[in-house]
Amino acid sequence: MEQLLQQIINGISLGSIYALIALGYTMVYGIIKLINFAHSDVYMIGAYIGYFCMTSLRLGFVSSLLIAMVFCTLLGVAIEKIAYKPLRNATKIAVLITAIGVSLFLEYGTMFIVGPTVRSYPAMRGIMVKTFKLANITITMQQVLIVGITVILMILLQFIVKKTRIGKAMRAVSLDQDAAMLMGVNVNTTISFTFALGSALAGAAGILVGVYYNSINPLMGTLPGLKAFIAAVFGGIGIIPGAMIGGYVIGIIEVFVSGYGNSMYRDAVVFAILILVLIVKPTGLLGKNVREKV
Amino acid sequence: MAILTVKKLTKSFGGLTAVSNVNMEIHQGELVGLIGPNGAGKTTLFNLLTGVYVPTSGKITLNKDGKEKSMQGLKPYTICKAGVARTFQNIRLFKELTVLDNVRIAMHQNVKYGLAASFFHLPSYVREEKKLVQESTDFLKIFKLEDKKDELAKNLSYGEQRHLEIARALATNPSLLLLDEPAAGMNPAETAQLTELIEWIRGEFNLTILLIEHDMSLVMKICERIYVLDYGTVIANGTPDEIKSNKRVIEAYLGEEASHV
Amino acid sequence: MKKLFEVRGMKKLVLLLLTFVIIQLLVSFNIINAYLQATLATICINIILAVGLNLITGFTGQFSLGHAGFMSIGAYACAIITMRDATVKGFIIGVFAGALAAAVIGCLVGLPTLRLKGDYLAIATLGMSEIIRVIFLNLDITNGAAGLNGIPRFVNWFWLFIFTAGTILIISNFIRSSHGRACISIREDEIAGEAMGINTTKYKVIAFTIGAFFAGIAGALYASFFYFLKPDTFGFLKSIDVLVIVVLGGLGSISGSVISAILLALVSTILQSFSEIRMVLYALILVVIMIFRPQGLMGSKELSMAMFSKLGDKLKSRKGRV
Repeated sequence: MEQLLQQIINGISLGSIYALIALGYTMVYGIIKLINFAHSDVYMIGAYIGYFCMTSLRLGFVSSLLIAMVFCTLLGVAIEKIAYKPLRNATKIAVLITAIGVSLFLEYGTMFIVGPTVRSYPAMRGIMVKTFKLANITITMQQVLIVGITVILMILLQFIVKKTRIGKAMRAVSLDQDAAMLMGVNVNTTISFTFALGSALAGAAGILVGVYYNSINPLMGTLPGLKAFIAAVFGGIGIIPGAMIGGYVIGIIEVFVSGYGNSMYRDAVVFAILILVLIVKPTGLLGKNVREKV
Repeated sequence: MAILTVKKLTKSFGGLTAVSNVNMEIHQGELVGLIGPNGAGKTTLFNLLTGVYVPTSGKITLNKDGKEKSMQGLKPYTICKAGVARTFQNIRLFKELTVLDNVRIAMHQNVKYGLAASFFHLPSYVREEKKLVQESTDFLKIFKLEDKKDELAKNLSYGEQRHLEIARALATNPSLLLLDEPAAGMNPAETAQLTELIEWIRGEFNLTILLIEHDMSLVMKICERIYVLDYGTVIANGTPDEIKSNKRVIEAYLGEEASHV
Repeated sequence: MKKLFEVRGMKKLVLLLLTFVIIQLLVSFNIINAYLQATLATICINIILAVGLNLITGFTGQFSLGHAGFMSIGAYACAIITMRDATVKGFIIGVFAGALAAAVIGCLVGLPTLRLKGDYLAIATLGMSEIIRVIFLNLDITNGAAGLNGIPRFVNWFWLFIFTAGTILIISNFIRSSHGRACISIREDEIAGEAMGINTTKYKVIAFTIGAFFAGIAGALYASFFYFLKPDTFGFLKSIDVLVIVVLGGLGSISGSVISAILLALVSTILQSFSEIRMVLYALILVVIMIFRPQGLMGSKELSMAMFSKLGDKLKSRKGRV
């Protein structure tokens, strides 16, 4: 029983990370139907910015977190403006390849600048290494931090999307871009804002992972990115609550397969979930059925 | 003799019922019209008849060579092979392909060579392809599109594209042809030409035709019978004269006041 | 002599033979040395991969991001067979067994996933490819992450030529047949195609299976030339590589894929000396080309003799005016 609860807690921590990243994928797909392959690399850069804040600049965790988020926000918006905006009316494949190009650019650019070797986050001190024990189950402060920060950010996101004008604009543009434009919505600003939000969350996830798992490298975004994307698809691509749910489901499943099953097949199970979802209900858990008009 | 029988056909999309309890009977050789205000469910009915949509309930039966064949739930290509062809409201030609290719693809079912022959261009391939080009070109001659056969479909004029759309459907050798607003976007001269074409192909290809149209001059001129659809149900069915003076039809098109005039 | 040239396809045959002979001579006299031979092998393997993927994505319009998975099946099958039977016969069996295995998996993968469209199909194929990779990572017979080493080397220019030319010929032939046109109609307008009697599911699966078959051949050739395999070689990045070659050459243009494969291999070789910045430049090139010429080099047109004679006419008329 204790093992089970421990696994669940681990799963929730991992799930938080996936949820944060998945939100970026789902929001961007919802608004411009693009699978933003570069998103996982924004996450990676968040981790690196956090690293440099904490080592070279010797800043504390909170400041580093904020700086990482701001930097990633700007990066995400820049990517959209430079690489995706010119291709708003291009074919799906052209945009996809561009996204892949941006992803490779970020990965190998980072590799070129900081070198390919793995770097370790500086050892944490103070409350960051505190642990709690609840009847033989260990909960680290870091886990609490991860889940806490994730929940706060998700609540903020829900607030922005549901209660602000820009949030309404985001929802309008994702339903019908042309109609939104005709209603006076500034589509470009709205899209940039969407990228900004998603990238900020990815940046947060990056630094949280750096602190929690300790090691970072330029290619660290690929696999988590893929899994977070699968989480978004699972919950319903384009649907924000779906990404949140999906992230936690995938995180928990992954931890369970790793803990109780064969950790070698951990990744394959996540991919198998993807295939299953796509075959049974491609629009995901919370998705609706869309029909092409003939 | 009924070639197509539709019984209590219904199609719902979630909460919206697009077609409701439609009954229809089309006889061999008839030219039947299907009219109704926009959104009445005419194209949805076509989509049901051609397998693009699966009915929520009801039956569609095709009567061919004395044998009855149940059509609902079958895939579109099976229905096409059974002898039902259609054109589309918004032209769906293979735009980046040539006129000849558009027709050749429609004639695919006549082709008698397999994959191996296509990989290695075996003699059966050479022979059948030659036959296919000849048949397709002859077909295009009928529709006066022969000299445009190597032109990309997207480069044809609008009227020519509409003609090609019909030609392509006929190339599948149907017994029942469903035309979805073939005169859309045409001026009176073009419509008159189309009217002649439709009457001619009916005789020449021994067809039964079901026609959706908004252009009343066309409908009243050539249709022998007309079904009127409104909000997914058949509100009237009869000869053009009967339909013209039918109160419910006038109401549906022009509103209640007009029907009291 | 002139009459001989008028026989259908004679020009192409002569061109093919010339290509074979010239390169064979260059190889035999070591002008194309071992290093360049690796480039040559890479070019040929990439051509086979690209032409196969072009059939699936360019001609039939089905978005596949899992081509590397099929390649890996062919590679491992051939490796395993030739490591147990290191003869030419074993090699041939290995290549075709690999190709057939890949084709079967292609068919099995295709059947359930080809109902999906666009992005959904892309990620489904990506997922399938990753599952294959993880399976190979964990099997004993493939030696897991350590991979297989010392695979008997049978591939030389002769085999590369035969399989590359064969792939190009077979797939071009297929495209110009009624079955090929049925596939193309799916890309053009699937709903219209179905309405015209084309069993679109069947043809999507056919295209997928053929593409997978040739990817299997490419994988087998890779295994038998580079004599070392590990699962990570055939990951997502490899699938992307092939897709980039196809898109850069032009979706729907076989000659585009061939030219693009050659160009990209040359670019890769030239940039070899700038190893770190190489990928960065490659990525930049990708983005720039997608923004300014998304249809790629050839669009959906093919290189033809007609183009050369048009070029000849243009040059002639210029000469005349001077």
